[in-house]
Amino acid sequence: MSEQSKLISRRDLLRGVGVAGVAAAAGPVSILSTPDAAAAAEPAAAQAASAAPREAFENLTAVEADLLEAIVDRLIPTDSLGPGAREARAAHYIDRALGGALASSRQAYASGLAALDRYAQASRGKGFLELSASDKDSVLMDVESGTVTPGIFAGSSAQFFTLVLNHTRQGTFGDPYYGGNSNFVGWDLLGYPGVRTMVTPADQKALEAGQLKPNHRSAYDYEGFNKATARVESHAGDMKHGD
Amino acid sequence: MATRLKDTDVVVIGLGAAGGVAVLPLAQAGLEVIGLEAGGAMTRRDFAPDEIRNNVRGWPMLTSHKTNQEAPTVRATASANAVQGGHPMMNAIGGTSLHYWAQHWRLNPWDFKVVSETKRRYGGSRIPKGSTVEDWPFGYDELEPYYDKIEYELGVSGQAGNVNGKIDPRGNPFEGPRKREYPMPPLRWTAFHDKMAAAAKGLGWHPFPGPAAINSRSYQNRSGCMYHGFCNTGGCHVDAKNSTAVTTVPRAQATNHFKAVTGAIVTQINVDSQGRASGVTYVSNGEEFFQPSKVVLVAGFCYENSRLLLISKSAAFPNGLSNNHGQVGKHYFSHHQGAPVTALFPFNIGAWYGLPAQGVAVDDWADDNFDHGSQDFIGGCNLWAMSDRRPISAAGMNTFGLAPSWGSQWKAFVKENADRSHSSYIQKTTLPYEENFLDLDPVVKDPLGLPVIRITGEFKENERKVAEFAQDKMEQWYRAAGAIQVVRGPVGGLMGASTHAYGGTRMGDNPETNVVNRWGMSHEVPNLGILGGSVMGTSGAHNPTHTVQALSWRTADHIVKNWKSIAPTTSQ
Repeated sequence: MSEQSKLISRRDLLRGVGVAGVAAAAGPVSILSTPDAAAAAEPAAAQAASAAPREAFENLTAVEADLLEAIVDRLIPTDSLGPGAREARAAHYIDRALGGALASSRQAYASGLAALDRYAQASRGKGFLELSASDKDSVLMDVESGTVTPGIFAGSSAQFFTLVLNHTRQGTFGDPYYGGNSNFVGWDLLGYPGVRTMVTPADQKALEAGQLKPNHRSAYDYEGFNKATARVESHAGDMKHGD
Repeated sequence: MATRLKDTDVVVIGLGAAGGVAVLPLAQAGLEVIGLEAGGAMTRRDFAPDEIRNNVRGWPMLTSHKTNQEAPTVRATASANAVQGGHPMMNAIGGTSLHYWAQHWRLNPWDFKVVSETKRRYGGSRIPKGSTVEDWPFGYDELEPYYDKIEYELGVSGQAGNVNGKIDPRGNPFEGPRKREYPMPPLRWTAFHDKMAAAAKGLGWHPFPGPAAINSRSYQNRSGCMYHGFCNTGGCHVDAKNSTAVTTVPRAQATNHFKAVTGAIVTQINVDSQGRASGVTYVSNGEEFFQPSKVVLVAGFCYENSRLLLISKSAAFPNGLSNNHGQVGKHYFSHHQGAPVTALFPFNIGAWYGLPAQGVAVDDWADDNFDHGSQDFIGGCNLWAMSDRRPISAAGMNTFGLAPSWGSQWKAFVKENADRSHSSYIQKTTLPYEENFLDLDPVVKDPLGLPVIRITGEFKENERKVAEFAQDKMEQWYRAAGAIQVVRGPVGGLMGASTHAYGGTRMGDNPETNVVNRWGMSHEVPNLGILGGSVMGTSGAHNPTHTVQALSWRTADHIVKNWKSIAPTTSQ
């Protein structure tokens, strides 16, 4: 429970909301420590909150959040072709999901992010955040290919890389309802003209002619759909198609 | 102690694609029918066009506690370690027909006569070694009226290719003769489908639009398809997908002879002192109930059918119900749907909208539609070019060795090519083998303490050769349509849990090698019927659901017509 308490206290502090608000946001978490006790448990968070106004993360620590932001920024970079994962708020998507559907990956992020930073320090002489863009990429390539010095990652570094890449894509190209794909930058990048509930023959013809106007709406901006539950656990296994 | 409920005529275990169909003719005949469904009920409000929930996180399968808790363990061979994976199906009224692709194919006449036709044309040595394949106890003609019934009662769109022997070149010239057209025209084609059809014609093939249990126009007061692109693992927001939840089940309820009980997990089929089925025991909200019934119909998915029989042990059936010949779990196979081919085109193909049941089919290389004299396999493949793309999966596209999988180069690649790739869906003849089977896992149990099913299975040489052949044909088709890159997936090994799962309670006249007779009734338990792909002995190269539903209706019809001889005169 202490891990949960810390996370909640941090969110509490950064948002400046009361206990009732925390309880509402936290959903199924039933046992909450008081803000005072929690603040004492993580003074660093309190300091960060008072020192530099930065946007709240719900589940990741400040250090983890900075690392993740830097990684997703290299995976889908902001460049001459336009916005990337940073503008899409992919790290925020992941952060939020780690408190719900992706909760089973929380530990993998904690240990993987720390290991990646240790590896940057050990192999390039600087923490990941201090590296140039090309050095960051070369570290990520090592992590992706599994050529990281043995012993730094608890498990497979390649597996961690794939996890982050998949989640980054979800946060960049998924429905904005989940906190990513902000301003629909992901869908615009791919040329996906957006969620519709009806596609007429004329719409299809317009799509084929490259003239279908992008529809910037979440599925849940349409009337009548029950909201997705945030706490469904990710489906295990590699299933065959759904037919 | 289980609470004993009021007697009924027929209890149907499972209200999915199979059980959901059977309840209608039974209730219409005035029999009192109770359907026990492990899941709940869903409506169109539950079917948001949401890729993260439906596809990435595997909803709505996740809403199904029963299938998840009973997910099979899987191993390739009897000497390998079995590992528990996921379950591809869901529990709810309508079952997986709520969110399946709804391709609604009839089997071809050859699929019913694989053994005799192969012997006749090529000699008996061409039946693959180790295969336990048999001819069906009847031919295509016997099932034709029931295929027709399903097409009209549920609603299937498509283009006929053979009406009473008259070939219509717009449809599938290889299909068995049908009595009449489909009740609805086929789903529309996109410009890419037109291009693929033209390319197939250029190769001398016979392309046609595939059949779908999806309304191409308004049917039975339900809407036509909206082509919104979230049909794959998504329910229909306008009820245009003809799941049993919006077709047969509500009509059965309207007869007042049918009652659906949701949240009911069946743990045992009970038998009386004479070895006849006496009813079923189920658990609901932690309470145990006994539902007595004159006839019991097992209509779970393939895995659950064998499992429920195997765990229903009694003095009369010490190795599981209807298993005194040791055939429950045998002749299992899952459709070989793998070995994909993926192509890159130098132009956008407009696949952001549409659905997997919408597209161009080629049956020239299916079944025995071509001469196998110079081949070293029997059977074949259905080639299918559909329309299915969503943004997260598009971002995960194959980069064909032209770009890395992340970074600026990747970003430039997907920006240009996100709508330029196409992956084939190729279903292939798959046969049953002695070495592939289902049994109870000796270790893994569900939360009620009952063992899960264990799948032992791998694709054999015949399946892999069909796959290689299919990939050649698919690549040829893609190249003819202008593809600039083509890559192939592996041809297949492990036969894991699948949406197309067959056997375990096979249908046939010989009780030594089959669990149910030609009517779908148990050889050993005369008032026990079994519905689903578990009774099918061959797969053909097409989706199973239409055949499953035609067989279900036929078994229900048989029960109605022979009620006095099937139902015990005294229920115990």
